[in-house]
Amino acid sequence: MSVIDELKSAIKAKLSELDLVIGWGPGFDPLHATPLFMRCEKDVDKLLWGPLNVHNPATYLPGLKGKKVGVVVKGCDSRSVIELLQEKLVKREELVIFGAPCAGVIDMGKVRRALGDLDKVNAVSIEGDNVVVTAGGKQHTLPLAEVAADKCGRCRYHNALISDVFVGEHLPPSVEQDDYADVEAFESQSLEERNAYWKREMQRCIRCYACRNACPLCVCRDHCIAQSRDPHWIGQGDNVGDKWMFQMIHAQHLAGRCTECGECQRACPVGIPLLALKRKLNKEIKELFDYEAGVDPNACPPLQSFKVEEEHINERGW
Amino acid sequence: MPASAGSELRIVGFLCNWCSYGGADTAGVGRFTQPTDLRIIRVPCSGRIDPLFVVKALMGGADGVLVSGCHPRDCHYSQGNFYARRRLEVLKRFLPTLGIDPKRFEYTWVSASEGQRWQSVVTKFTEQIHALGPAPNQCRSAQAPQEAERSAG
Ligand code: SF4
Ligand code: SF4
Repeated sequence: MSVIDELKSAIKAKLSELDLVIGWGPGFDPLHATPLFMRCEKDVDKLLWGPLNVHNPATYLPGLKGKKVGVVVKGCDSRSVIELLQEKLVKREELVIFGAPCAGVIDMGKVRRALGDLDKVNAVSIEGDNVVVTAGGKQHTLPLAEVAADKCGRCRYHNALISDVFVGEHLPPSVEQDDYADVEAFESQSLEERNAYWKREMQRCIRCYACRNACPLCVCRDHCIAQSRDPHWIGQGDNVGDKWMFQMIHAQHLAGRCTECGECQRACPVGIPLLALKRKLNKEIKELFDYEAGVDPNACPPLQSFKVEEEHINERGW
Repeated sequence: MPASAGSELRIVGFLCNWCSYGGADTAGVGRFTQPTDLRIIRVPCSGRIDPLFVVKALMGGADGVLVSGCHPRDCHYSQGNFYARRRLEVLKRFLPTLGIDPKRFEYTWVSASEGQRWQSVVTKFTEQIHALGPAPNQCRSAQAPQEAERSAG
């Protein structure tokens, strides 16, 4: 049986015990999958599995507390679930996790650059390691390796790290270690260049807050300090400072918790490379505390704990 | 350096109530000379300092930010500065990616009796910020084309 058929029958077997199961279904065109909320067998038949499943369904879980929820996860999504469990934002006994190995998901930006125009997609099929897209009457064969999201190329967790039901064959990691070469390359520029880079990027922000709303660990939502009047953290102006400050709020609140699922960056309609900020923080947290978020359900996030003797922090301070 | 000389920079200091604020007070009572660029904000504990306070100050135009709390193991609330130490260290290492010189932000420990140490900390930090000069404006866009045109016209 194929992975998708196995998944469907596993979900159907559990459906009666659950309020709903979250996965991916067909979107407005064959290229775009969309989150699918399955409540009956007919819904389950719409389930998709494969490189088009870009969304992170874990994002919905904190909002569904109190319900018995099934969730289908890729490797990276499973890390978000683990992080939510670590922080007691979801309850293990309320979840049924369906996991499968994921070989990578597409980055819509890369597909758009290959096609030139995403408006006229007629058909999409996955053939071996290629994504075959028919758009505007023309067929494009895109190797998945070339159009996959950057996070997939450095993924060490293709297989769900936590699951009640796991289907399919385990995949080996893409790399042994994440060397954060991208962060280092960015920092090879001068401080002035880096500052100018972020000002240019942040200037384009339209403050839609899609980055925040897509993040599985941005759980405050309607109580976000970005919108509080008292204290008034940021104004409603459209200057770089206010927009940048908003990203600082997001990044700082995710420090030591972000699993690099990349949803913030994927959701951004103007393509601001937000993940770079989170990766920088994660690189430092790895060096300081030898810690990676969303791997161990029993671990405590490093900024919610301390050691009396810190190995990598200068005790005397500055 | 008197404020009237116009050569002061804007330095924000977050000091914990129990140790460093007392230390600064001790320095004042002892009439130790200090530079006057630092504006002190008293907080109950260094553990109260959200790294975003520092970011907000730097983005809002501060030329430097200094955080000072009780020495580790000496916290009035026993654990606040342990949490602070982790958060502030992560923040300090984060700043370079934004293009902000990490020397514009330091955190340190000064106890209530260490007037002398406070004097040297504040003097050293102020000198460090003066060596860097005024911070670049973070609220204005990189190109600011209209302004360039206006001044050209
Ligand atoms: S900050 Fe971005 S990458 Fe990190 S968990 Fe949130 S959405 Fe995922
Ligand atoms: S998704 Fe992009 S445009 Fe929207 S608020 Fe976030 S950074 Fe700004």
